Amino acid sequence: MQPQFKAIADHALLLTFADEISEAAHAAVIALDHAIATNPPEGMIETVPALVNLLVSFDPILTDHIAVETHIRACLTALNIQKVSGVQRVVQVCYEPPFSPDLEAVSTATGLSREAVINAHLAGDFHVLMYGFAPGYAYLSGVTPEIQVPRKLAPVRDVPAGSVIIAGPQCLVTTLMMPTGWSIIGRSPTPILTNDPDHPFLFDVGDRVTFKRIDASTFARLTGEDAHA
Amino acid sequence: MPNAALSVAFAGPLVTVQDAGRPGNMRFGVSASGPMDRLAFDAANAALGNATGQSAIEVSLGGVILQCREGDVTIAITGGDFVVAHGAAETRSWTVLTLRKGERLAVRAGKSGIWAYIAFAGTIEATEWLGSRATHSTSGFGGGALQTGQSLTVSDATTREDRLGDIERPDFIPNGPIRVVTGPQDQYFAPETVAQFLSSAFKITDAYDRMGMRLNGPRLELDGALSIPSEPIVRGSVQVSGDGVPTVLLADHQTTGGYPKIATIISSDIGRLAQSRAGDTIQFTAISSQQAITEARECVKRTTDYLAHIAVPRGTLEQRLMRENLIHGCIYD
Repeated sequence: MQPQFKAIADHALLLTFADEISEAAHAAVIALDHAIATNPPEGMIETVPALVNLLVSFDPILTDHIAVETHIRACLTALNIQKVSGVQRVVQVCYEPPFSPDLEAVSTATGLSREAVINAHLAGDFHVLMYGFAPGYAYLSGVTPEIQVPRKLAPVRDVPAGSVIIAGPQCLVTTLMMPTGWSIIGRSPTPILTNDPDHPFLFDVGDRVTFKRIDASTFARLTGEDAHA
Repeated sequence: MPNAALSVAFAGPLVTVQDAGRPGNMRFGVSASGPMDRLAFDAANAALGNATGQSAIEVSLGGVILQCREGDVTIAITGGDFVVAHGAAETRSWTVLTLRKGERLAVRAGKSGIWAYIAFAGTIEATEWLGSRATHSTSGFGGGALQTGQSLTVSDATTREDRLGDIERPDFIPNGPIRVVTGPQDQYFAPETVAQFLSSAFKITDAYDRMGMRLNGPRLELDGALSIPSEPIVRGSVQVSGDGVPTVLLADHQTTGGYPKIATIISSDIGRLAQSRAGDTIQFTAISSQQAITEARECVKRTTDYLAHIAVPRGTLEQRLMRENLIHGCIYD
């Protein structure tokens, strides 16, 4: 799979592997991101993997679009897309009220019981597609088809950090108090912003994620926050 | 060394601590933040002889009033054309002065510009996040926004009498159209639309903050593709939403987004655009990516020379008087 290269201003290249979202395009993005991390071009500042793109930004004093493109094309010829397998991460989630205000609506929309919605969510095969929107907002693919619900018509304000939200095939654990139009089905005590200077974010793009169910008393013990307070 | 203790008697919205920013975290959804006008921020530090990128206060149009409760500290004020009231004296921005115990400093909007910088001969004590004190305004992470009533400590505060007075302003900032490289998603626009973008005047609306600036102008028709996969965004991206309205993404931008980007502003023109006010009219002009690289290199050279020039202390008042006397002596003898 050969990407298209586009120059961005004086300091970046955008590589596009496909016009539509596909697993193959995303696998190529991740494989190339890893290959560049091991063998970065001179003057590179950072790479940003997304759904079908990889952004490579650089210092225009040290290099230019042509030199960076040449280096990346060399990385591409040696690229093994099968090789990269992300780390497995576990995220705890409490599906009990008041942490799951939209569980009932998802249950109604899908015709499944609340318990069946929870089990379907736990059964998802989640992968970190990309970060975006706000610090630590990791978009996970893998919501099972039976609980895929569209976005709400209007966003809800002040949704607490740690909310586990779903829309279509995607799931996200929020890190900030923010508005969202996604369905809120639980709350996680697992910090995505870890406060660990060596590993400040729980996931890297390409990691696999498993959700582990906890009850409200476990949530309270882990966070010091009482669900019913 | 002693600390200076200040209290914030008033802070408008979006008066924040900024340093050089935190590049390298876009892959985690974190834009680099840092000053909206990097040159003015760098000039404030240079004029004090500070290290590059030392934390400073970014003042919005809302202004700020600081009261010095303890200690003395020399400060530099740069940025837009702001009014600086220091005790009973009133001056303009681009000046270095010493704030002494009991004195009050008010920095408020003047004739032009919307961001000013206050750098200190000392270190502002502020929270660090991911190795930087730059405030990411939407999350509040980093040094944070100043709040009326809070106190502010400048550690290792010094006075630098040899640096007082006006700061020479940069004279190399162009005032022509804002230069862009078209794309990276210009293929989603008809060629006439790209031409229209480059030939039309756009008005800056008041939907303007550290995340971005919405523009008002002709509707930029999208050529079909209304929903592209969410793609990485950079500072300076000009994205066009479904209703044909362009928005320029700035220091605290989202890191990805699904609106096509018709063009990207070159780094050296982002600061002067950021100093424009709501209601101002701007125009864009396209250059090639190779020209953009050449311009970036020339701009860095001009900036480096300028900062080195204003970083030279001019001497104390006594030394300056002596120097002038000697010069006069040479001429008239």
